[in-house]
Amino acid sequence: MSIFNKRQEEVPPAPRPAATPPSNPIEVKKEATPLSSTPFKTPEPPDSTRGQASIGKAVKINGQIYSKEDLYVDGDVEGTIELQDHRLTIGPNGKVHSSVKAREVVVLGNIQGNVDASDKLEIRKDARLVGDIKTARIIIEDGAYFKGSIDIVKPEPARSSPSAPPRPQSAPAPAANAQGVAVAAEVKR
Amino acid sequence: MLRRPGASLSSGPSVVVPVNHSSVATLFDREVVTSRQSRGLEQFFAYVRGQVGLSILDFAGASQENINFITNLGHRLYSEDFVRSLDDVFGDEDPNDQTNQGLIDQFLRQMLNFEKDQFDGVLVWDVLQYLTPPLLTATLEKLSTIVRPQGYLLAYFHADEKARQVPFYSFRIKDQQTLVLAQRGTRQPAQIFNNRSLEKLFQKFESVKFFLTREQLREVIVRR
Repeated sequence: MSIFNKRQEEVPPAPRPAATPPSNPIEVKKEATPLSSTPFKTPEPPDSTRGQASIGKAVKINGQIYSKEDLYVDGDVEGTIELQDHRLTIGPNGKVHSSVKAREVVVLGNIQGNVDASDKLEIRKDARLVGDIKTARIIIEDGAYFKGSIDIVKPEPARSSPSAPPRPQSAPAPAANAQGVAVAAEVKR
Repeated sequence: MLRRPGASLSSGPSVVVPVNHSSVATLFDREVVTSRQSRGLEQFFAYVRGQVGLSILDFAGASQENINFITNLGHRLYSEDFVRSLDDVFGDEDPNDQTNQGLIDQFLRQMLNFEKDQFDGVLVWDVLQYLTPPLLTATLEKLSTIVRPQGYLLAYFHADEKARQVPFYSFRIKDQQTLVLAQRGTRQPAQIFNNRSLEKLFQKFESVKFFLTREQLREVIVRR
C-alpha cells in the first residue's frame, strides 16, 4: 500500500468543540521539540527583527545589489554589493565575486573582489578573501586566508563647529541647479 | 618533503605566550610559539621609519600582528602567503617540480604579479631557502623588479648546513625588534646558504648586510 493511501486512512480529527472562554486561564505549554527541526546552524543567522535582509545559500545573483539595511549573504553573488551605512555579512556558504562596499563587513565565507568597509572589516577563521581592502579597522582571525593589499583609512575627525567658515565673496560657493548638479558661478567685475 | 605536525595547526585563535629569547612553548599540542629579538627586523624598520605611505609586501601571510604593526606606522601592507602558494602550485611533496618552467611562470604570475618598483620593502622571511635554484633565480629576478631602487628586503636563512629538516615558521611582528615565531611544521630546505653564497645570491642588489644571531638563523638585509 502506498504511503498516500495510508494517509487517507488516517482517522480525521475529532470536531472541535465550540470555543468557550475558559473559566480558569490555562497555561499554554509549548512542544518540547519544535515542528520544524531542520538543522540550520550558521554563526550569525539572519534576524528579521533587526531589519536584516538575507540571501540564502541556494540563491545565485548576477548584478548589482544596493541595500539600505543590513544584508546577510550565504549564496553566490557576482556583481557589486553596496550598503550605505550598514553591515554586510558573508555567511560560511557565501561566495561573492564582486566589489563590496559597506560600513561594516564580516566575512565567514569567500570574497573575490575589493572590499571597502568604512568602519570595520572582520575576516573570520576559515574565511577567504582575495582582493584589496580599504577600511578603518581590520580584524583577521588565525586560519583565515587573505591575499591582497590593506589600506587603513582613518575616519575624518568630527568638526567642532557645524557651521563652515564664511567664504570670501570673490569666491562664492558652488550653487546647485534644478537638477541638483553643482555648478560654479563666475564673478566678473 | 613537508611534514606538518597537525592538520589544524593554524586553526583556532593562536595563543601567544611571551617567552624568553629562544625558549619554546607548546600550546595545546598544536602550535609551537617562540619569541626572539631580531636585529634585522629592527634595522629594516629603522630604514622605513619616519616615512609614511610606503608599500610593504609581507610573505608571511595575513596576521593581525603584522597588519597592526605595519599599518600603525602609516604604511600600506600587501599580504601574501608565500609557502601556501608554493605548495598550491608545486605540491608539497616533490621539490623537484620546482624546475618545471611552466609551473615557475604560473607561480610568479600568481604570487608576484605586481608593477615595477611597486614596493618600498619586502618582508621575505625564510621562504627563499625552500626554493630550488631555477625557481629561486626567477623569484629573485622578479623581486628585483617590483622593489624600487633603494628599497629593502629582509630575509632569514637557516645556517645549519647539516640540517635535513628545519622549523617552518609563521613570522609575526610583536614590536620593532621582537618577533613571535609560530611554528607551522618542518620543511626540507632546498638549499642551505652561507655568507659567501648569500652574497652571490644577491649580487644584483646594491648591498647585503648580515646580522649574527645566537640561533642557527642568518638575518639578511638586502638593498636594491
